[in-house]
Amino acid sequence: MELEKFSYDNGIVRKFAYATIIWGITGMLVGLIIALQLAFPLFFNEYLGFKYLSFGRLRPLHTNAVIFAFVGNGIFTGVYYSLQRLLKARMWSDKLSAINFWGWQFIIVCAVITLPMGMTSGKEYAELEWWIDILITIMWVAFGWNMFATILKRRVRHLYVAIWFYIGTFVTVAMLHIFNSFELPVSFFKSYSWYAGVQDALVQWWYGHNAVAFFLTTPYLGLMYYFVPKAANRPVYSYRLSIIHFWALIFLYIWAGPHHLLYTALPDWAQSLGVAFSIMLLLPSWGGMLNGLLTLRGAWDRVRDDVVLKFMVVALTCYGMATFEGPLLSLKFFNSIAHFSDWIVAHVHVGGLGWNGMLTFGMLYWLFPVMFKTKLYSKKLANFHFWIATLGILFYAVPMYWAGFAQGLMWQEFKPDGNLEYEFIDTVTKLRPMYMLRSFGGLLFITGAITMFYNLFKTAKQGTFIANEAAEASPLLKAPSKIKGENWHKAMERKPVKMLVFSLIVVAIGGIVEIIPTAIVKSNVPTIESVKPYTPLELEGRDLYIREGCYNCHSQMIRPLRFDTKRYGEYSKAGEFVYDHPFQWGSKRTGPDLAREGGKKSNYWHFSHMIMPKETSPGSVMPAYPWLRDDKLDYTIIDRKIRAMQTLGVPYPIGYDAQAEADLKIQAFEIAKDIYTSNPDNKEFTNAEVQELSETELVALIAYLQRLGTDISKTKK
Amino acid sequence: MGVIFLLIGVSIVIAILFLSFFLWASKTGQFDDDYTPSVRMLFDDNKESENQNKE
Repeated sequence: MELEKFSYDNGIVRKFAYATIIWGITGMLVGLIIALQLAFPLFFNEYLGFKYLSFGRLRPLHTNAVIFAFVGNGIFTGVYYSLQRLLKARMWSDKLSAINFWGWQFIIVCAVITLPMGMTSGKEYAELEWWIDILITIMWVAFGWNMFATILKRRVRHLYVAIWFYIGTFVTVAMLHIFNSFELPVSFFKSYSWYAGVQDALVQWWYGHNAVAFFLTTPYLGLMYYFVPKAANRPVYSYRLSIIHFWALIFLYIWAGPHHLLYTALPDWAQSLGVAFSIMLLLPSWGGMLNGLLTLRGAWDRVRDDVVLKFMVVALTCYGMATFEGPLLSLKFFNSIAHFSDWIVAHVHVGGLGWNGMLTFGMLYWLFPVMFKTKLYSKKLANFHFWIATLGILFYAVPMYWAGFAQGLMWQEFKPDGNLEYEFIDTVTKLRPMYMLRSFGGLLFITGAITMFYNLFKTAKQGTFIANEAAEASPLLKAPSKIKGENWHKAMERKPVKMLVFSLIVVAIGGIVEIIPTAIVKSNVPTIESVKPYTPLELEGRDLYIREGCYNCHSQMIRPLRFDTKRYGEYSKAGEFVYDHPFQWGSKRTGPDLAREGGKKSNYWHFSHMIMPKETSPGSVMPAYPWLRDDKLDYTIIDRKIRAMQTLGVPYPIGYDAQAEADLKIQAFEIAKDIYTSNPDNKEFTNAEVQELSETELVALIAYLQRLGTDISKTKK
Repeated sequence: MGVIFLLIGVSIVIAILFLSFFLWASKTGQFDDDYTPSVRMLFDDNKESENQNKE
């Protein structure tokens, strides 16, 4: 048997590893800042009340940074390292690897710039604007191309189970991203989701759930199946189980998305489908978790000494906890308490900090000494990192669970006379201590990550890096099924794999481009007659609502539950959202629901509330928005926005785009005048003052807020 | 709710894709040996490795 000499590309692994660390710390830092904003809102309003730092803009940056920058680079680090070795082949193209790396970092930089500026599509975990979405698609395809091409030139016939997880990740994320990111650009900085209301919600959570499944779970399970056996130097507990784990997981996960929309305006049967699949998911998830933990059977004594294994054990334990909790939360009973509360925040952080964070740390502590041919610089510091990170998770999760239970139960509490026991603000002030503790947990966790950076940097410095690690293996051609002269057969056998992947994606994209405009727009026909499109001013206000990220803290979805309807009014109906591109149902109630906010308070109340929330609502943790009062509303592209809405099926009269600006000004003037008239301290005002106020962003936002949920009551009158 | 058919359609396409992956894998004998691969991946093929398991 002739051995082929080749080398593994470690350079790309090192690049991704450093990116993982740097973006990880950045993402965690942003998380810490927003945690502190909720714990100490007054301080931030007083001293750091810049619009670019406000909660609604930074929270998407935090989620995007930790998911796509930290975990994303973590995936690439692990895949680029393990794939080459499992296939005994160098990556197919160093150029594609480099494009993948620099392209991905460029996307992250774009996110860091655009999100604080308020450029967002307003869909959770998919906030980046349309042109960044296109870049993501291109970079993802570059990654997939490189991976599949490497698989095709492999020297090991068998695809180790980790590779299956990578393939599953690539294919599904590509699909999810493309379908959820369907949007109509209005300008370079603004686009509208192609879908509206319930439809948008369904697509969004089909995506959102599967982003958790196929970006945070399957690739990391692949990494787990490679790095845990490697670190323990023993085979996985059951290879057979790992194969069953993969196939069961991949077939079940994709159907569980609707459990994010329990009790909403989504049809019941879709909700039940989601619940059923969520329950079933427990089996493969725990199968995988146990498979990982049992790999250490008979080697538990080594967990005591080996810091890498420690990280991995905690990661697997957290994976087990999060995947037990997931099915639990998808049950309607638990969901009615947990939904919109901090319980969900606790849940995702057990997964994020525990599973993704700890596995990434374990992997990096293993990779650096191996790649730099040296020993870890300081075991002591690594142990310190382990303990402070584990404590950090506890200090984060326990208060958040507590907060979730407390708030969820307080919302449901009735007095004997049938009225609600607590005002919403009571539940907010109750949580302040928990928000402080959570920030402390985050601080511990990030401290650990910084220690790791130092430790790994020192490790790298004391070692010698081999960018191209020499290796040798016999070529695959000698496999028994391949006989000389039968090359055509080999080609035939290989082509289907390649063809299948790329052609199906291409076909799906092409087909969908045709399907969506017809199928979706047609089904947007109003189901409630009195529900009318937004006026131009309200539309602009809605765009501001999206820009400021209000949906991060306010839901617009009143569930048909007594405590919800009692507090907020009649439950939300699917037909009310047919003109909402994108939907703004939200997923968290740090503040109250706004679905029926219209008409509840005066224009003047909203005016003072936005400038200083603490004045109107003592104890509120909402940031102040003084810039909305100072900045002039930019309505220069309102005509284009109206036309875009018309394209999406919103029934504005033909030619209304020309009329929009005039209508906008009239409505703005009315509201501004009303604010002046109803201001108790300021009885005298001039038309010029009203004019000045009417041109501000705040008036547009108030117009939108006052419209929310009011259409439906017009039928009754 | 037209979009739900789209989503179900896309999900089924993905499921079929994975099913064909699975069938291809089973047919080409990917899963015939459900033990050796787990051990083989532990071997490092680079010469200067300190790993005690040499190929």
